[in-house]
Amino acid sequence: MHEYAIEMRGITKTFPGVIANDKVNLSVKNQEIHALLGENGAGKSTLMSILFGAYSADSGTILINGEEVEIKNPNVATALGIGMVHQHFKLVQNYTVTENIVLGMEPRRGQILDLKKARSEVASLSARYGLAVDPDAKIEDISVSQQQRVEILKTLYRSAKIIIFDEPTAVLTPQEIDELIEIIIKLKDEGKTIVLITHKLREIKAVADRCTVLRRGKYIGTVEVADVSEGDLAEMMVGRAVRFEIDKPDQQPGDVVLKLENVSVKDHLGLEKVSNLTLDVHSGEVVGIAGVDGNGQSELLGAITGLLPLSGGEIYINDRPIGNLTIRERIEAGLGYTPEDRRRYGLVADFTIAENAVLKNYYHPRYTGRFGILNDQAMHDEAETLIEQFDIRAGEGSHTKAGSLSGGNQQKVIVAREISLRPKVLIVAQPTRGLDVGAIEYIRKRIIEERSRGQAILLVSFELDEIMNLCDRIATISKGTIVAVNRSDEVTERDIGMMMAGSRMKESV
Amino acid sequence: MKKKDAWIQSDGAVSVLVVLLGFLVGTILVALVGKNPLNMYKAILQALSGYNIDNGKMNVRYIGETLNYSVPFILCGLSMGFANRVGLFNIGGEGQYIMGMTVAQIIALLGPQIPVLHWLLALLGAMLIGAVWGGVVGILKAKYEVSEVVSTIMLNYVALYLSRIICLQLPGATTYRTASYPETALITNVFFQKITKNSLLNNGIFFMILAVVAFWFIMEKTSLGYGMRATGFNKEAARASGIPVVRSISISMAISGIFAGLAGGIIALGSFKYGRVIAGMDNYGFDGIAVALVGNSTALGTTLAGLLFGLLKNAQALMQAKQIPKEITFIIQGLIVIFIALRSALRIYKEYLDKRRLQKEVGL
Amino acid sequence: MMIWNMLPSVLMIVAPILITAIGGMISEKSGVVNIALEGLMMIGAMSAAAAHVLMEGSGMNHTLSLILAMVIGTVIGGLFSLLHAVAAINLNADQTISGTGINLLASGVTIFASQILFNADRTREFRMGMQTDALGFYPTAYIALVVVLLSWFVLYKLPFGMHLRACGEHPGAAESVGINVKRIRYIAVLASGMLAGLAGGCVVLTQTIQYTSNTINGRGFIALAAVSFGRWRPAGVAGAALLFGTAQAFAIIANNIPALRVLPTEVFNILPYVVTLIALVLFSGKNYAPAAAGKPYEKGAS
Repeated sequence: MHEYAIEMRGITKTFPGVIANDKVNLSVKNQEIHALLGENGAGKSTLMSILFGAYSADSGTILINGEEVEIKNPNVATALGIGMVHQHFKLVQNYTVTENIVLGMEPRRGQILDLKKARSEVASLSARYGLAVDPDAKIEDISVSQQQRVEILKTLYRSAKIIIFDEPTAVLTPQEIDELIEIIIKLKDEGKTIVLITHKLREIKAVADRCTVLRRGKYIGTVEVADVSEGDLAEMMVGRAVRFEIDKPDQQPGDVVLKLENVSVKDHLGLEKVSNLTLDVHSGEVVGIAGVDGNGQSELLGAITGLLPLSGGEIYINDRPIGNLTIRERIEAGLGYTPEDRRRYGLVADFTIAENAVLKNYYHPRYTGRFGILNDQAMHDEAETLIEQFDIRAGEGSHTKAGSLSGGNQQKVIVAREISLRPKVLIVAQPTRGLDVGAIEYIRKRIIEERSRGQAILLVSFELDEIMNLCDRIATISKGTIVAVNRSDEVTERDIGMMMAGSRMKESV
Repeated sequence: MKKKDAWIQSDGAVSVLVVLLGFLVGTILVALVGKNPLNMYKAILQALSGYNIDNGKMNVRYIGETLNYSVPFILCGLSMGFANRVGLFNIGGEGQYIMGMTVAQIIALLGPQIPVLHWLLALLGAMLIGAVWGGVVGILKAKYEVSEVVSTIMLNYVALYLSRIICLQLPGATTYRTASYPETALITNVFFQKITKNSLLNNGIFFMILAVVAFWFIMEKTSLGYGMRATGFNKEAARASGIPVVRSISISMAISGIFAGLAGGIIALGSFKYGRVIAGMDNYGFDGIAVALVGNSTALGTTLAGLLFGLLKNAQALMQAKQIPKEITFIIQGLIVIFIALRSALRIYKEYLDKRRLQKEVGL
Repeated sequence: MMIWNMLPSVLMIVAPILITAIGGMISEKSGVVNIALEGLMMIGAMSAAAAHVLMEGSGMNHTLSLILAMVIGTVIGGLFSLLHAVAAINLNADQTISGTGINLLASGVTIFASQILFNADRTREFRMGMQTDALGFYPTAYIALVVVLLSWFVLYKLPFGMHLRACGEHPGAAESVGINVKRIRYIAVLASGMLAGLAGGCVVLTQTIQYTSNTINGRGFIALAAVSFGRWRPAGVAGAALLFGTAQAFAIIANNIPALRVLPTEVFNILPYVVTLIALVLFSGKNYAPAAAGKPYEKGAS
């Protein structure tokens, strides 16, 4: 067997407006666990998509086990023994586990589908690799980590020898991450070669043999993981020394601003996702909700903002119940919100920055005169102020269409808008998702600043280190209830991880 | 490179290109079936300017007719366009038009015979029923998620047969018409008649101009329009920001219906001196779809596109006289709509250009 | 006894709606919304009528002429649907607009062709259309049954069907396992065009003697509603088509019931459309639509 399972040389790939990969090199040894590290937008996913045949490179060569190949589509990649566990699972929601695993390679009796045979094949595969799944369950009914196992089984069903994992731990609890790491090591022992795409330095140190770093589409270097520290890796990833901690001055929180009392929420299908949740947020403090995606955070936020109805309990802002108010009325009552999906819920891409700046208050006298006539000038003035205050990079100033801004600048527009409305309580959901390090630092700094000014802030994030860093108190959510609320200086990530999985712990607050 | 990019991005340029393409294909088709395409263009020229190139005579009446024909096209285009801006595909203009026409006929025959007030009431009634016929669709969509594409079509046919049932009960009704209107119900304009040699151009054109201005004003200058545009661009962000989306959708469909209903009323009182018991659809509502698409759902664009369609319709009879089947205009319209749908193809082409430019930068 | 007597008439009206609806269902299940069904039915109807009357006039065997006419209607319907396929699949066009364009185009092309061929705004009347069999049913009823059963078999028993349904639910997932999403969608749209063309031929050869601009009169849209009302499953769509077709056949049924003969025909004309509307409101099945229907698929999207 050749020393290198994969060699990618001089790979270049362009998309409209961006050079995703600029003459990138990658060499992965056989039977090693190789990490591919880079910030959001560095080009890691693109490079692996080329390896997997989803895209074609504009130029460059690929060698598998020493032989040059052309990977025109996923079928070719599969035939070469390459499999991919995608970041956003490519599973058909209303098909069963079995159907998803065999899709495209179905066992047949003559011309007709033989799903019985498929089922038994899936069952034996699952037993052999220790990946427990229910072959008859529908994807929409199983948990995220189970869905991930289905993705892995898809590759194994196709006899993959090289398995690429794309940001696999973003959606897992610390315990599930440990389980996944064990699975990955087991796969390596079974002779597989693993490529791990990630930006989580800790995981690289935990499991990878070597690591290749990309930055803004360019190849930076490859290192032996044992020889470097997390700090070294971060510096390679970003290009400068990175501060991990943020200065959080001590301060006493004020009165209760937001109170959630026995809140219960059902989702669109009528299933209860939040059960009897109680929590409060004081002015001048950051309260974080820590938990893995899918434990009720989205539904809780939906109920607070008004996108979903309350099925039980009540929500108060400064002692005023808001459960029966419309979304606009809640905004008027002092609710600020930066949504986790900024493109979908936070901005209108075809509107200018000016029009987006007044999305929540355009009907106020300042912007709307008599007979309902808009005051364009006032809108632009406001936008220009925000652009200056928040250092938003926009080519045409307040006339720039929001859709043409970078992710970081889009988030700044949303944060700027919310803060400028002077809400009584500010809710931020996944505030730094998908942003580059510079923007991440800025947003986090801003959150602390607002806290110093006495703003009550509720932070929902899947990134534990973000929660630990920014919050005064941390509420851990699991299966729709708060397991415990702890002061951030009295609890460790490990503790929170265990609580996310459901085990109870002594509360400190 | 930059200038070329800007051109491709310009929606107006796309519309012009699409219209030209439609005509080009239409011309080829006419030639293919053995007719002389030149006759098609002669007819169009005559409809536009009144000038008959074959015998050198000039008849101003054609200009009046072209303008008059554009009124319902523009109004129905505004109808479709207004809803389109809010993210809805309102192809119920036909039904809203028919209901408007029907109510105008009812008031014309049964209403108070007071000068000016009579036809004013009739037109207002037409607008009101149009609002209802459109508003229903909006509510069904906003509250029950019923696709407006199907519900509007159904309501079109309901309107057709309902109109027949009602009009057959009007005074003096036969199988195709009612009694003649009293003088006070007509919207004929004597001045126009004089200067356009008795074309049917009437007061309706003033209402149309008002409608165009109202469309632009509401959409671009008011907070109501702001909320509608936000809803049309991104319904979920609008809702999350507190904009009353259900209300915006319902109101926009109602306003959309007003435009189409008005068109029906104007045709009823301006182009005919008696009520009609219709056997089929006039098709202005359907043509309005193409008008709005070509006009990119803006006030100015719709007006220009409507004038074009009015011109084509006026040319139809002339074409028929020159052996060219008038249905060629429907074909051209259909092609224009399809080409508009391919607007995104231009975006793909633009992306391809961008990609090649980037590749050059990287040195490929 | 009376109901049994009406069954052939009802099935005569239901059959083309059902055939079209199955075609629409297949297209949407693959991810492409095809609202051009109306126009495609028109094209099929006009082609079949024109072909039949011309072949009849040339002295061809009656049955052969009918079969050929249906085939021609099917083929030409399929050809026109390619326009929509290219627009929606290759060029990522707005599927609603492109479908509407085809409807407008079809309404023009059908009469234009009639003008060229017959110098009138309708096709020439043919002497004899389809005949009923010994039981009183038209062949179209059997054709519709076959179409329904075949569609069920292909969609749920063959690998191709499993791939097709995946394309409509999660084209990214399908692409990632090597399924050619574009190719499958092309086939689906083509199938819907052919079925609509076939159905148009059925309408004109069983229910009337020529093609006019009023022949199809909204049946294509009723078929579209049947797809949604039937929740995108063959059995449901069949049931929905039966319901809507019965409403449409009511004008005929009413003739057999003295009490109803008093009402003006327009009341019965309205019935199918009102029933469809009410059905849509009461049973709006948006949640059951294929997840990716109507969205253009861009390669590499997740």
